Amino acid sequence: MMQFIHKYGSPKYFYQWSKGWQRWLTVITLLLLGYGLYQGLFVAPTDYQQGESYRIIFIHVPAAWMSMFVYMSMAVSGIVALVWRIKVAEIVIGECAVIGASFTALALITGMLWGKPMWGTYWVWDARLTSELVLLFLYFGVIALHSAFENPRTGARAAAILAIVGIINIPIIKYSVEWWSTLHQPATVAKFDKPSMHMSMLIPLLVMAFAFKTYFLALLFSRTRSEVLAREKNTSWVKEIMEQES
Amino acid sequence: MTPKIKQRLIFVMVLIVGFGAAIGLALFAFQKNLLYFYSPSQIASGEVETGQMFRLGGLVVEGSVRRESDGITTVFDLTDTAGSLTVSYTGLLPDLFREGQGIVAQGKINQQGVFVAQEVLAKHDENYMPPEVAEALKEAGAQHPVSMPKTTIN
Repeated sequence: MMQFIHKYGSPKYFYQWSKGWQRWLTVITLLLLGYGLYQGLFVAPTDYQQGESYRIIFIHVPAAWMSMFVYMSMAVSGIVALVWRIKVAEIVIGECAVIGASFTALALITGMLWGKPMWGTYWVWDARLTSELVLLFLYFGVIALHSAFENPRTGARAAAILAIVGIINIPIIKYSVEWWSTLHQPATVAKFDKPSMHMSMLIPLLVMAFAFKTYFLALLFSRTRSEVLAREKNTSWVKEIMEQES
Repeated sequence: MTPKIKQRLIFVMVLIVGFGAAIGLALFAFQKNLLYFYSPSQIASGEVETGQMFRLGGLVVEGSVRRESDGITTVFDLTDTAGSLTVSYTGLLPDLFREGQGIVAQGKINQQGVFVAQEVLAKHDENYMPPEVAEALKEAGAQHPVSMPKTTIN
């Protein structure tokens, strides 16, 4: 385990192995996104109550799932960074925070656009919406802490602590619709009995969710690779790469 | 595992468990304040003081919706299948408002025991299906998907 973390987390080795992953994940993302969007926006039937407006679900739900998934990835790399002091994990915290904040904002904005015609209001302070907004602020806090110190490694450790503490918000978001009465509806797909959604709508939704995941990974690899190069610019292996490329 | 790493791991675990417990206790203490709305049977059991503004959630009873003579006031019954309450609302209703639909209304109870709403929001449920499927379900005698109380009121 330890050797694994140290080997794959060494900046030089990471830069090498992530290159292929980034390329393939980008290709898979484009294929899935194309297929999912076409199926979701043109092929899937209209909803019996909401008509065409429900189609925002194909963006809203994957974005909301990702807002939590990215947070967990960030918190795990926070633990790795804090306990084993892996440089790449420290960089990953910051990159996850930026991507995660974007997904959270996307989920909030698409939700508001759907809420106005369906509920009759853009925003209510129910438990689900409020906890998701708290998640956005947690991401902002991590981004701010990550870059608040002269030494980026100190900043990463401070950000890691906030990321770890903020994990508690994830089950609150997930179960808010079950624990308390909320205006937001309970889970459609992620629950133990069968999904409350017709197959013709569920499949495009799952394809979109998968596309968002590969998109996140591709973006994370790309951003982390750039940051690794920037931080390691004075080492011999980066200088070698620079000479080859120029 | 070096002692240093073990120490850091313990620190992280204490951080998670400690913070989780603190937040858990706080949420437990504020349980009632976190409810977005009350149900008609909660009102019947006297959980809300009369004359106070609060939110009421439930299903619109089938066949109970009627318009007042002024043209914009709607009166309907709201139920959670256990209790029910009459609601009166003057204004535009959201698109999803219909009989059997879950809604959340904000307002107070007047002297006659009618809930006078100032705002009515439609609560969408978690069911998504094409119109033909909804039609087929209805014909098959299955309960109309929107009026499943377990999933709509929680």
